[in-house]
Formats: sequence, structure tokens, C-alpha cells
Amino acid sequence: MSQQHDSQSYYVPEQSPWPIVGAFALFLIALGAGTTIAKIHQTGDPGWGKTVLIAGIVIVVLMMIGWFKDQIHESMQGMHSEQLGVSYKQGMSWFILSEVMFFMAFFGALFYARVLSVPWLGGEPNNEMTHLVLWPDFTAMWPLEKTPDGTETQAMGWTGLPLINTLILLTSSITMHMAHVGLEKNNRKQMKLFLTLTVLLGSIFLYLQVLEYVHAYRDLNLTLDAGIYGNTFFLLTGFHGMHVTVGTLFLIVILARVWCGHFSNDNHFAFMAASWYWHFVDVVWLGLFIFVYII
Amino acid sequence: MTTLTENPNVAATADTHHGPAKGLKRWLYTTNHKDIGSLYLWFAFIMFLIGGAMAMVIRAELFQPGLQIVDPHFFNQMTTVHGLIMVFGAVMPAFTGLANWMIPMMIGAPDMALPRMNNFSFWILPFAFLILIMTLFMEGGGPAFGWTFYAPLSTTYSSDTTALFVFSVHIMGISSIMGAINVIVTIWNMRAPGMTWMKMPLFVWTWFITAFLLIAVMPVLAGAVTMVLTDKFFGTSFFDAAGGGDPVMFQHIFWFFGHPEVYIMILPAFGVISAIVPTFARKPLFGYASMVYATASIALLSFVVWAHHMFTTGMPLFGELFFMYCTMLISVPTGVKVFNWVATLWRGSISFEVPMLFALAFIVLFTIGGFSGLMLAITPVDFQYHDTYFVVAHFHYVLVTGAVFSIIAAAYYWLPKWTGVMYDVTLAKAHFWCSLISVNLLFFPMHFVGLAGMPRRIPDYSLQFADFNQWISIGGFAFGLSQLIFLALLIKACRKQGKPVDAKVWDGAEGLEWEVASPAPYHTFSTPPKIK
Repeated sequence: MSQQHDSQSYYVPEQSPWPIVGAFALFLIALGAGTTIAKIHQTGDPGWGKTVLIAGIVIVVLMMIGWFKDQIHESMQGMHSEQLGVSYKQGMSWFILSEVMFFMAFFGALFYARVLSVPWLGGEPNNEMTHLVLWPDFTAMWPLEKTPDGTETQAMGWTGLPLINTLILLTSSITMHMAHVGLEKNNRKQMKLFLTLTVLLGSIFLYLQVLEYVHAYRDLNLTLDAGIYGNTFFLLTGFHGMHVTVGTLFLIVILARVWCGHFSNDNHFAFMAASWYWHFVDVVWLGLFIFVYII
Repeated sequence: MTTLTENPNVAATADTHHGPAKGLKRWLYTTNHKDIGSLYLWFAFIMFLIGGAMAMVIRAELFQPGLQIVDPHFFNQMTTVHGLIMVFGAVMPAFTGLANWMIPMMIGAPDMALPRMNNFSFWILPFAFLILIMTLFMEGGGPAFGWTFYAPLSTTYSSDTTALFVFSVHIMGISSIMGAINVIVTIWNMRAPGMTWMKMPLFVWTWFITAFLLIAVMPVLAGAVTMVLTDKFFGTSFFDAAGGGDPVMFQHIFWFFGHPEVYIMILPAFGVISAIVPTFARKPLFGYASMVYATASIALLSFVVWAHHMFTTGMPLFGELFFMYCTMLISVPTGVKVFNWVATLWRGSISFEVPMLFALAFIVLFTIGGFSGLMLAITPVDFQYHDTYFVVAHFHYVLVTGAVFSIIAAAYYWLPKWTGVMYDVTLAKAHFWCSLISVNLLFFPMHFVGLAGMPRRIPDYSLQFADFNQWISIGGFAFGLSQLIFLALLIKACRKQGKPVDAKVWDGAEGLEWEVASPAPYHTFSTPPKIK
């Protein structure tokens, strides 16, 4: 480091080993997951792919620890200029937009099935012959409780667990905001309290989501392969659940950093990114609750 | 367009900064936009040669009617992997490489906004393609369902290596999204003082809009491959009518990604041509502002034309008409661009250096591809053209003589800036003329066999297509061999064999990249220049 870094010049980091480590880990994950899935499909036994997959995941976690450690160290040293902060914020917002588009693909599938393919299979609007020739006994309905080839399932109501979960997630968005306000007012006690509450609410949400899945599989015969209703239900709620998991882990890391005395009211990008991410998963859930559960 | 009032960097840069690290570590650990740009460009070129070798297999098989060299299943794998490699491995990384090299220098930024992520987005790419190519040697073979992986070909009828295909596409998508975020943030946040939006070079503008398209549609591709994965291996029925889904839904989701994707591959090309033509016509670009608005219009329209790929799949009449008119509407902003380039040439003091030769060839040949695209946009006649070699001719005119020619033009335009020496112009001219003649021999007759009804993606054909196909194959082999001239030239240039060049390589060139020394120092614009 021959050059003095100050907060005026844009900080361009030195060489870093973490990206290539991460790239290798991603390679192992893709190779491991791909072969595991193919092998299970063929023989029912995952084979060597499983080991590769686990190795990849372990390396990715190590990579993230190393990379974030460097990053946090640089931030604490005051190497980050205001301009760099803007880069991070913009980067995070565009990343969230890409996540929104990922969910759009599955929402698109849901709308397509509900508005087009299921009614078409039932003969709407001019598909009489499709209906008569392929599956004359099929009646179009949503939720699709009986598929054209006869798989039967029951719909998940919105009143029980889903409603409770909605309230939990909405509350967690408010507590997250309160934590942010605490940080901005330099009230660290408020920040700690509300951040802890948010993590707790997120974890309760995930726990209840697991209970809901158990209920779906055991009592409703609502499974991943139960036709397009189950498909869209599990992929949308499943990917959302994965995002909540990542968001909760993200918040736990932030909470740990808060306990270590990190973040000030003018330097807290990671805190803000976690908060944005959390609000994002909340908004996605609202869309889910309306379009998957209620309507 | 942009001139510097003062530039403290030019002389000082090389001394105050350390140079690159030594050995392999330099490339593995790098955070330097120029290193990463070079990595992207070399990777893209290697992929271009590998994908090209697969095209040679296809053309060898089609040299004669009948089945002679490869079996049909392998032929299908070749067409599929050729397409995937050329789209995701050659054209897109080449443009990302150009963006990495040029955007920071064009806007007066010290580097890309997020340099470590920049390295990550490059290095995951070779692994993705390693996985994709590995599948070719596995049991059941690689993907054989066309680069568009339509269901049920990719679900019910595919081999088990589809799981690896899906994950490799996921990695390509992650790479593109991270690269796009980097580009967009760099342009938004890292411009030197005085570099206002409407002073930005068009290459920067077009990439800014391309990056937006990438962020919007690559996740949709990720969603599509994920549904293919669950349909094939986890019993879902997104694309299976028996469970309430629909194979046509796959096509809608795929082309919602796929159509913006083709603009992702051509918008940066427009930016390159808009840089080269004014330089060698020695006139400022005609209609700069209209170029910007045209690029943005093309990008927005690209979201509402996807189903023109599916006219014969079946759609309500209103849909067919809507997508036909929207598609034809795109020719308006595209026409604005072609008109502007021609108007820039008008009464210019034109000279024919190699980048200009490729740029002029681009304008003419890309326009041919645009016109055949307009023909394909007309729903009733598309019923005739669909899935024939006419379509193959169309998209190779826009992608090879369009996107690839623009990448080659860009390489010839900026290579002296990258290496500090002028490349071998004789070899470059040989490369141009060999490519120009062979590429037309390769793709032009495809229009004829296509109109006469020869279907694409089939390893055999009726006897009446034999003569044309022989010419096409000869053109194909010649075009493939011509690229070896380019390889030789690049190796020579990278070994710095050639006459050293000045900072301003081309006398008519404008822009910040020509204010820094040639070869460009390892770090440029560590303190931002001031722009008048």
C-alpha cells in the first residue's frame, strides 16, 4: 500500500483472493448440486456429488467471512469515501431490483396459469375441443384442487397461519424501521432492542412457515408436485422463505456488529442494506399473501 | 465533444502508483478494470473459437445431404452448445470486456465502482462454461434441445445432465447481473466533474441502457431454468398441461428474457459504431441526442415484442397483431440510428482504416439483418419463414456481421491504446476482406434455402438444397479460418510487435480515452480530470 488512502479519493482495493475462492466454491456447488440431482433421479443415491456440494457451501461461507472481514476492516479504517458509499447504495438497489425480477418470473407463471392455461384446459374461451379431446372431465377452478390428470389436493386458506405470518412480517418491518431510527438518533439502546426484535420476528416467521409446510404435506395433500397450484405455492413461498432466511442471517451479522460497536449515524451502509433487504422481503410477502393466499 | 481543461494524470500516473502484481496472481486476484477487461476479452475470444469449432461440425455435416459425420443427437448438442457459447460466452463477455476497459477511461473514473465484485463476475464465467462443456462428455450427452431449451424438449425429453446445464446458466446469469450492476453504478456515480449525462460518449450511454436490460431480464432467465429444473426433477408441472401448466408458458417466460437479450447483444455495438464512424469521417456524430433517445426507445420496446418469436405457436389474434406492430415499431428508432451514421459519413473526410472498414461493413450488413427481421415481424409471412434457414440467416446477420463485427471493429479501434503499438495492418486488412467475403458466402444463401423451406436444426435436408449448402459450408470454413488471422494478429500485438503509437492514435478521435498515454497506464484518472 504505497499510497495514502484518505476519504477524498475513491478507494480502489488492492488485489483480493476472495473472488476467485468464491468462484471456485460456486463451481463446486453447481457441479455438486447438478450431479446430485441427476444421480438421485437415476439411482436414488446422491453419490459423490453430495460431498462436492457440501465442500462448495463450506468454502462459500469461508469466502464470505473473509471478504466481509476485509470490507469491514477497510470501512473501520475510514478508507471509504462518501462517493464509495453511494456506489454501495446504488449497487444494493439494483441488486434488489434484480431480485424483484426473479420473483416476477414466478408471479408471471402464477398469473399465466390462473388467467390463461387453467381456463383454457377447461374449454375457455374457444378451446372447447382441447377440453373435450384431452380431459373432458376436467373443470377449471382456482385454486386448482384437481388437476387434469386427476391429482387431488386442498387449498391453503389464508386465515390461520398465513394471516399470523403476515402480521409478524409487517410488524418486523416496523421494528426494523425503528432500529434504523434509533441508529440515526444515535440511540444505540433503541437500535439494539428493535434489531433483536426484528431477528426474533423473522425467526418466528420461518418457524411458522415450516409448520405451514408440514400442515400442507400432512393434512392437505398439498405438495410440490400437486399440479400448478402446489407448484406456484411452493416455489413462491419457498423462494421467499429462502430470502427471509438470508435476510435473518444478514440481520444477525448486523446485530453482532452492533454489539461490537460498529455503525454510526453517518456510516452504516451494511445496516441500511440489511434494512432495505428486509423491507424488500416484506413487500414480496404482501404480494404473495394477496395473490397466492387470498385471491 | 469533450475536451479537458487540465489533466494532471497523464504524466504523473505511472510513477505514483505501483504497477501490476507479478505472475498468475495478477490475473486471479486482480481488481484492476484493465486487467479484468483483458481477461473478459481473451475469454470471449477463446469461447468464440470453441463455439466456432462447433459451427464447423454443423457445417461439415450439412456439406452434403444425408447423415455422414455425426449422429443426429450429437448434431443437436452442437447446435445447442454453439448457440449458448456464442451468446453467453462470446458476445456478452466481449462487450463486458470492452465496457471494463473503456467506460472508466471514457468517463474519467479511476476504476469500476465495485472492483472486487468485478473480478468475481469475471472468474465465475469460465467455471460456468467448464460445467457446460463437461456435460458433452457425460452419459446422455450435453443439452440437445436448442439454446432456447423449449419445454418439453428440456424437461420430458432431455438427458439428466440438464441439471448441470441449469446450474451453469444460473452462474452465467449471476455473472451478467453483477457485471451490469458494476457498469450502471460506475456510470451513474463515477463520472468526472463536468461529464454530464449528455456529454457521455455513446458507448457509455448504450452500455448504461444495456446494463439496465440485463438487470431486468437475467433474473427472469434464472426463473425459467429453475422451473425447467423442478419440472424435470421435482415433479412440478409448470410446462405440463396434465398438471394445469402449459408448455407455451415456457416460451412466454423465455422470450420475455430472450428478446431484451438480443438488444443486450446489439446496443453496445451501436455505441462502438457511433464512436468509430465520427473518428474516420472526421465529423462529430450526427444527431447525438436522437441516438440516446433511440437507444432508450429500443430498450423499452424490447419488453413488449417477445411473442413475435411465437407467432406459429398459437396466440389470440389480438396478440399476434399487437406483437407484430410493436416489433415493426422498433425499426423506427433503429432506422434513426442507421440514418444518423450515414448522415455522419455525408460530406465527411473519410479514410478507410481497419476499424472503419468493419464499421462500414457493420452498417450495411446489420441493415440487411434488420430488414430480414422486419420481414419476420409480419405475422402472416412469418408462418412461412418460421423455423427455416431464413431465421438463421437473419439472426446471424445481426449477430455475426452486427455484434461480432462491431466487437472486432472495437478491438481494432482501441487495441493500439491497450498495447501501445500499432497492430499489423496488412494482416488486419487480410482479416477484414477474408471475413467480409466468407461471411456473406456463409449467411447470404441461407436466405434462399430458408425461403425455399429448408428447416433449421435438422442434420439432413432434401436434395434440392445441396448446392447452396455446399457454398454455405465453404463460406463457413473460410470464415472460421479467417479468424485465425485475427488470432495471429492479436498475439503479435500483445507481444508489442509493431510501431509505438501516440496517446491520440487516430487523428480524428475524440474522448478522454485518447488523452491518456498509449499503452494506457495501469491506473488512470486516480484524481478525476475536469471536463469543460
